[in-house]
Amino acid sequence: MSGRKVARIVLVLVFIALLAVPLVMKQLASRRERANSALDATAALNRYGFHLDEVARASAINFIHQAPTLDHRLDHIMPQVASMGAAVSVVDFNRDGWADLYVTNSGEGSKNALYKNNADGTFKDVAAEMGVADLNQVGTGVSMGTVWGDYDNDGYEDLFLYKWGKPELFHNDAGQKFSRVSDKAGLPAWVNANTAVWFDYDRDGLLDLFLGGYYAEDVDLWHLKNTKMMPESFEYAKNGGRKYLFRNLGDGSFEEVSQKVGIDTRRWALAATVADLRGTGYQDLFIANDYGISELFFNDGKQFREVGKQTGVGFSPKSGMNASVGDILNDGRYSIYVSNISEEGVLIQGNNLWVPREGTRGDLLKYDNLARAMDVEMGAWSFGAQFGDLNNDGTLDLYLVNGYISADRNMNYWYDFSKIAGGNSTIISDAAHWPAMDGRSLSGYQQKRVWLNDGAGKFVNVAQAVGARDVFDGRAVALVDLWNRGVLDVVVANQKGPLLIYKNNVTPENNWVSFELEGAASNRSAIGAEVRLFWDGRQQVQHVSGGSGFCSQNQRRLHFGVGKNPRIEKVEIRWPSGKIETIKKPVFGQLHQIKESA
Amino acid sequence: MSQSAAQPVGTPTLQVSGRKISLDNRYIPPLFITTILVVGHFAYGILEGYERAALAIVCALVAELILGRIFFGKWLNLANAYISGISVGILIRSPALWPFALCSVLSIMSKYVLRVKGRHLWNPSNFGICVLLFLAPETVAALTIQWGNFIWPLLVIWILGSVIIWRAKRIHVSVTYVLSFLAFAFVRSWITGDPWRSEISPITGPMYQLFVFFMVTDPKTTVKSRKWQCIVVFIVAFAEMLLRLNHVVYAPLYALFIVGPAAMLIEIWLESRRSAKTGVVA
Repeated sequence: MSGRKVARIVLVLVFIALLAVPLVMKQLASRRERANSALDATAALNRYGFHLDEVARASAINFIHQAPTLDHRLDHIMPQVASMGAAVSVVDFNRDGWADLYVTNSGEGSKNALYKNNADGTFKDVAAEMGVADLNQVGTGVSMGTVWGDYDNDGYEDLFLYKWGKPELFHNDAGQKFSRVSDKAGLPAWVNANTAVWFDYDRDGLLDLFLGGYYAEDVDLWHLKNTKMMPESFEYAKNGGRKYLFRNLGDGSFEEVSQKVGIDTRRWALAATVADLRGTGYQDLFIANDYGISELFFNDGKQFREVGKQTGVGFSPKSGMNASVGDILNDGRYSIYVSNISEEGVLIQGNNLWVPREGTRGDLLKYDNLARAMDVEMGAWSFGAQFGDLNNDGTLDLYLVNGYISADRNMNYWYDFSKIAGGNSTIISDAAHWPAMDGRSLSGYQQKRVWLNDGAGKFVNVAQAVGARDVFDGRAVALVDLWNRGVLDVVVANQKGPLLIYKNNVTPENNWVSFELEGAASNRSAIGAEVRLFWDGRQQVQHVSGGSGFCSQNQRRLHFGVGKNPRIEKVEIRWPSGKIETIKKPVFGQLHQIKESA
Repeated sequence: MSQSAAQPVGTPTLQVSGRKISLDNRYIPPLFITTILVVGHFAYGILEGYERAALAIVCALVAELILGRIFFGKWLNLANAYISGISVGILIRSPALWPFALCSVLSIMSKYVLRVKGRHLWNPSNFGICVLLFLAPETVAALTIQWGNFIWPLLVIWILGSVIIWRAKRIHVSVTYVLSFLAFAFVRSWITGDPWRSEISPITGPMYQLFVFFMVTDPKTTVKSRKWQCIVVFIVAFAEMLLRLNHVVYAPLYALFIVGPAAMLIEIWLESRRSAKTGVVA
């Protein structure tokens, strides 16, 4: 046999072997997924240290989200346009020490719910008697989400409601009633918003408010002037809503200063969160945009600078739908998680986990996307996500909900979606050009992700194993210790679906400690305060957030898992005012309520 | 999309300020596609990172060098392999690195493995990309989005591409395909009732620009006569319509994957029959 022939045979064999590579990679991936097969509660507890039980009904919560019905000219793509509005935020509105839940609805005339925690395992909807239920009246738009913050420092958390419509601010009257104060606050007449965050951007002790528009504010989705209200591009759209930064003037009114301080963007914001990323004491603003790149604004106290490209987070356009931060590496720095879209065989954007690059800090801070390396990349059509230590082992885990439109299981809209998404702006921006959905699904019935942090740079999805087995169209997720047990329970708001309460059962071997902060010189909600816990030679930083994830807000209380037999060294609290307090050897297994010293 | 549409058809010369500047036609398509990549990336960030495109290009070049040396006993000109690699770098979308390397190597290897009577059947990058889309849909997608919102980059690419293809004497293939696509878009709109703009929407995206200028015009994997080139590309557009009516997202890639080699095989078979009759070796 000639050498040429032998070479040809070898070539053919190598060619066949290479064709088999994708199948081998698939096999390896499915091995990893085997960790995610369903387990009973005991097995899950033994293997992963926690198990989730869905207890909404048992907790007397029977909330089903309703979607709006918009202008009839959008009928053919209504499920796609009216695809958001299920939101949940956590608050202890009456300061009884038990976490309550506020849940939005989005059907015209539908009611929002304020679930008061009865401290006995059940909840009662008190929204109507408190005056915050009937907020989706025809002509005023419909609810998209809420964030809580004590804007007047009276000790009670106030409610800001953002809508596709008229935003509203409600003053909490000592936990007895809510009073509408939107007019005095000077809020705009109409904003199609999907994100808002309370934070004290200028550290004057008063909470300010960021509000991010999605559709342009001159679009009334119930009375369209024309159908050219869609994004002008699937990845480069800049025809979305404007952004607002309301500076708290301290007398119940706010001054809109976004342009003045350098926040001037019309990208399609879906999620925003803030954190002191550079250690300056000022909270920086991160915006995850749909149809485009993310934006990061460094806050210098009086001015903001957009540094998305410079830091690496704002270069590749995707479909940002979540922004949450967490110290996932226990190195005292925040990583940022942005969810995007991945659909097998059609669109593989992958979610982004922006981890601060080693050796970079301050204004030279840079981020690398380590979502793939850390196995938190593929979340299907992802929406809300939150970091929290679900098994109290001392590392932050990640809970992600997903699923866009679950309709006909046997027909999907992806072909038509991809057809139009690739078109020029003149085509994509006009809803009239979009093919009819005709009851088809679009990334529906998707399995959720509960990514467990192994502490060594990898996450493993254990959603099925630990009991997170719903396939509703998840939007918002919030983490909260609902029954003061020293664990993080999970609350999920689903579009056109039920509010789910996953009660978390954690192995008692793992310990915890939590902190409830109250500002004095700082804003009373202590939003922006950082707690740095040092134990067993490790450290973890968390901050009090005024809104994170997608249309959600976690509990204000900061919860740290510390694993088995912890030796807690100290806790360092940095208040928004700049004060730093240290507590030596705080007792674990309990909540510490700490007031900022005057 | 990897065999240069511009096979040597003479070395064009430009008269510039009294000096003659010559440029081998083989290098015009690589330059063009590189320009698209660089401008697209700097203006719109079409690549998530340079490393993926670089990996695809390097793998294609190395594979071509090694295989060319082994099977043809010489170092081959790398223009075609470069186009294959850069096409893979642009058209494949994956957060993983391995699909870029694998796709490039499979594309180049297909030229050496899948041959009949000394001719390879598939356009190399069309083969590589389709194989990855078939076998690894959980990791790989193809570029289906647009670059930018503006009409001018689109016009520039279409005009420049047309000029290059015209110089390469392949403009009839591209024009036939575009006209066929547009005609079938209206047929699809009539059949499905979907807006006609949604049916022509895909051709305004970058995947089609690369497809029209580099894939369907590949001289090595198209039939020889001008008339049959037009007929075959019309059949590609027809097959694409059938696939689109069945909601196949990557219809053009798959249509070429099916029709292109079939046309080649028929031509090879007809040539061998003619040769057998006349006793002349084809």
